[in-house]
Amino acid sequence: MTTTFSARGAAPETARPYIEQFDRLQGELPGAGLAWLAELRRQGRDRFAEIGFPTVRNETWKYTNLRALDKLSFEPASPTPRAGIDTLPTVRPAGAQGPRLVFIDGRFHAELSSTAGLPEGVELLSLADALRTKPDFVAEHLGRLAQPDDLPLVALNTAFLTDGPLLHVPQGVAVEQPVEIVHVTLAGDRPSAVHPRTLIVAGTGARVTVVEHHVGFGTGADLANHVAEVFVADEATVRHYKVQREGTESFHFSHAAATVGTNGHYDNFILTTGARLSRNEVRSTLAGTDSSTHVSGAYMVRGGQHCDTSTFIDHAQPNGTSREVYKGAIDDTARAVFQGKILVRPGAQKTDGYQINRALLLSDNAEIDSKPELEIYADDVKCSHGATIGELDEDALFYMRARGIEKDQARSLLIGAFLAEAIEEIADETVREAFQEIASGWMASR
Amino acid sequence: MAGTPETIEQVRAVTEQKYKYGFTTDIESDMAPKGLNEDTVRFISAKKEEPEWLLEWRLKAFRAWQGMEEPHWPKLNYGPIDYQDAHYYAAPKQKNKPKSLDEVDPELLKTYEKLGIPLREQEILAGVEGSEGKSPAIAVDAVFDSVSVATTFRAKLEEMGIIFCAISEAVHKCPELVQKYLGSVVPYTDNYFATLNSAVFTDGSFVYIPKGVRCPMELSTYFRINQANTGQFERTLIIADEGSYVSYLEGCTAPQRDENQLHAAVVELVALDDATIKYSTVQNWYPGNEEGVGGIYNFVTKRGACRGKNSKISWTQVETGSAITWKYPSCILQGDNSVGEFYSVAITNNRQQADTGTKMIHIGKNTRSTIVSKGISAGRADQTYRGLVKILPKAEGARNHTQCDSLLIGDQCGAHTVPYIENRNRSARVEHEATTAKISEDQLFYCRQRGLSAEDAVSLIVNGFCKEVLKELPMEFAVEAQKLVGISLEGSVG
Amino acid sequence: MIEIKNLHATVDGKEILRGIDLTIRPGEVHAIMGPNGAGKSTLSYLLAGREGYEITEGSVTYYGKDLLEMEPEERAAEGVFLAFQYPVEIPGVANTTFLKVALNALRKHRGEKELDAMQFLKLVREKTKALGMSDDMLKRAVNVGFSGGEKKRNESLQMAVLEPKFAILDETDSGLDIDALRIVAEGVNALRSPERSMLVITHYQRLLDYIVPDHVHVLAAGRIVRSGGKELAVELEKNGYRDFGANEAA
Repeated sequence: MTTTFSARGAAPETARPYIEQFDRLQGELPGAGLAWLAELRRQGRDRFAEIGFPTVRNETWKYTNLRALDKLSFEPASPTPRAGIDTLPTVRPAGAQGPRLVFIDGRFHAELSSTAGLPEGVELLSLADALRTKPDFVAEHLGRLAQPDDLPLVALNTAFLTDGPLLHVPQGVAVEQPVEIVHVTLAGDRPSAVHPRTLIVAGTGARVTVVEHHVGFGTGADLANHVAEVFVADEATVRHYKVQREGTESFHFSHAAATVGTNGHYDNFILTTGARLSRNEVRSTLAGTDSSTHVSGAYMVRGGQHCDTSTFIDHAQPNGTSREVYKGAIDDTARAVFQGKILVRPGAQKTDGYQINRALLLSDNAEIDSKPELEIYADDVKCSHGATIGELDEDALFYMRARGIEKDQARSLLIGAFLAEAIEEIADETVREAFQEIASGWMASR
Repeated sequence: MAGTPETIEQVRAVTEQKYKYGFTTDIESDMAPKGLNEDTVRFISAKKEEPEWLLEWRLKAFRAWQGMEEPHWPKLNYGPIDYQDAHYYAAPKQKNKPKSLDEVDPELLKTYEKLGIPLREQEILAGVEGSEGKSPAIAVDAVFDSVSVATTFRAKLEEMGIIFCAISEAVHKCPELVQKYLGSVVPYTDNYFATLNSAVFTDGSFVYIPKGVRCPMELSTYFRINQANTGQFERTLIIADEGSYVSYLEGCTAPQRDENQLHAAVVELVALDDATIKYSTVQNWYPGNEEGVGGIYNFVTKRGACRGKNSKISWTQVETGSAITWKYPSCILQGDNSVGEFYSVAITNNRQQADTGTKMIHIGKNTRSTIVSKGISAGRADQTYRGLVKILPKAEGARNHTQCDSLLIGDQCGAHTVPYIENRNRSARVEHEATTAKISEDQLFYCRQRGLSAEDAVSLIVNGFCKEVLKELPMEFAVEAQKLVGISLEGSVG
Repeated sequence: MIEIKNLHATVDGKEILRGIDLTIRPGEVHAIMGPNGAGKSTLSYLLAGREGYEITEGSVTYYGKDLLEMEPEERAAEGVFLAFQYPVEIPGVANTTFLKVALNALRKHRGEKELDAMQFLKLVREKTKALGMSDDMLKRAVNVGFSGGEKKRNESLQMAVLEPKFAILDETDSGLDIDALRIVAEGVNALRSPERSMLVITHYQRLLDYIVPDHVHVLAAGRIVRSGGKELAVELEKNGYRDFGANEAA
């Protein structure tokens, strides 16, 4: 079903520094005493040693070249004091409090975090803490959805995973307030790497909205390699939103793997404006019948940014619905990549799959590569995908200017309207408005 | 239990109807010994009395091929191909090169008659005069195993300066054209199968349309694999000089055999300023039986270069045959305002597999391309549309529209769509749409309520689904193709 | 003659028809009226041979043959025609092609010579004109992009061309404005003949003002609960279906 990486004989050069680091540091990583975790880490390490960073020769990485990583030697980020962070990003109105976990350079900061307002029974804590206080629960979920086999970065994360949020919403509980997760990178002089792991577990009929903020302060290079595993039980709903505004020297990778039970629902939306190079992988598996997933996003890149979105919707059971709406604006010499695959497995009848990626090129040197893909093994299905690429509608631009709107403003308005179609996909109103504002801010700073 | 003569007859009638081109012609053949090495290449070149440069070119290709790996990226499953276990040259024995059709072996003429391809010009003309429309005559080049056995209407075409002959003949007749263009669109290093073809190609058609000439009739090549254990490697080269027009048709069949036979052809098209080439294929190689035994492995490289401004290349294909199809007829749109088109119907039934599509490479300004692909998968077949649309930075104002529709019949088959869209020009507009559907129970019932059998209903609905593509075919072919659509899907509905 | 005897049928295990008895002689026009969910459409689909219905009891004899044993296309060949409540769209297949293939299938079954393109076109043009349809509709794909009225007219055209022995009109009036209804009804009336029987299925009496039936039956909860002449339709229009144990559905 997926592209398999073939081991290329001796350990790839690119993997070596990371393997050496791991072998040196493994005793200091969280949960060091847990045998099952040590085994999991070892699997990740061995797999990464075998395949190293992906190259463009690999079909799923055809359009994203990681050669730039070779020139930098990333060290694991060391604990940082909370230097100079006054305001943390939020979707809440100014002054409003709510559940939030804050991670700075991959480390949990309890003094900035809060579990206020969570209903009884809901657990929100750092993974490192959870490995001490409830290791069995973690063991039950960690590594179940994100397998390192054909995912080199997941393998690397599995070896090094340090901390990250754990959210457990028990059966039947609805969390009304969005749960915010803030990841801050304070890139300093030395290139540093973090490998956070997120676990979201929603029990039968549970409902929760999670908003991830990824921000960077500082100008140095850093590598953020996130993996999230999301368990959506029968009848449960998880809305998982993310905004990535890291610094211009950051490398940002994330892999979100979700599994959705019968009548369950999983939403994923990613807004990207940051990082020098980013890749967001989203895998949503409709493992129960009558389940649904909406996986969408908006990306706005400029300068020499590179932004890759790769989604994989796995329709494993009948009567599933999936919907994907992506929109992008690409300026200067930036490059965007969209790869979206819909798989309909044998027997997944009455599947309804829809996917669209629309991109606007705003400069002569911008580039977009799009690869929407359908792989279908059931006959009673309705699947479609589409991709369009173009520039701003000149007629609309002229019309607006003829009505007295300045050219730049007219362009911004049109780009805004274009991107808004994707942002409209966000079901939560608070989040939708906050994300809309971020998008407008990007346009205003053009 | 012994079958009565009637039952045996009935069974035969049924089987033959399924693939009615499955017969073999009993004819003595001149063959190269089995196996593939430099001697094989030299043997073929010598048989064709080729000039030194061509032999050298073949040998370069062969050496390159030895260092290449068979590609395994397509979504195709098949056992290893033993390239040493085949004859790379097979030609019907003839005393000398026939000067006219009267000297052609009557067995051969009969074969083409049976296939419905008349080679006698007078018969074709008689047929044309008798028919109601004013459809033009068709000139045919018949390729039997490794050689071209007859080309019709040559004299008439020559009057206009059109060269239409076997490529082996063109090498002698107009060496400068062949040398200039052979390998200029598909270089001998291009890909595993094209490189193999460059080393061992045996025959194929050559067409040259001079400046400003509109070819007055359809040119057609009919390919037939007859011998067992042979591979067919034909090479076709079509050059349309400035302001010319040609419509070219290609048909293929092969006998029903239990082993797989390799067909690795190369087609190169060159369109200069203001020239148009329309290339239509109805590919009906033997697909193997219901269980997937036998059938042709069809690995074909087809590419056209729109070299000149305002030039146009249009590919239309109806792919119903072959056990395996690997084929991406492509257009390199170099000339400003040039146009590339790809219209495809691919039907896979039983155990057939097809990985097919196109590449549209936009280089020149205001280049336009259209892709319409209709894939029908039935039985236990698997089919993939794979296509690339690439817009290079200088392709100001380029346009592409792609429509890929798949139809699945039954729940054991697969249909996949893998488009690659790479755009590096902001003023380009690229649109891609793909859908997957099935024949609804309602449609079937509606047709049957009006008196159509289930099979006729499927055939009708599928033909409707393919209409956009079928209408691109020249009239004579369109009718054949419609029937073929029905036959290919026989047994696909319970 | 069509004889339906004690017909019981279930869909997904739910009994929809609970013993229908009905005899239709050549030349007769019968109307079946009833509230929504009474089983009207089930009866029409069942007679035409659609899958998905299980016949648990009873029989349908069609001119001496067991209708229920026949495939849908055999029934069509024997002259059974269903004018669909929701005519189906078939993209890419021209209306003329569809009609020609259907007509020639029937002619072949009857041992008649198949019509060539010219003969067929002549025939179909006549019928088209009579129904006030444009030639343009013939060229378009079967029912694709047709308005509700056009679809129903297209059904009448097919009926006129195929000349069935037994026509079932399933809610032919639904989705039609009064002018379209009149045209369609005139088309149907023009086909009335001593050899042809019709079964008109409708919720409202209004269609029966135009296609006047010989007999009217009320179908409720899977049974014919009352039969009478055309005056029964008028009575129903006045009193609704309440008397028959069913709610007057919208």
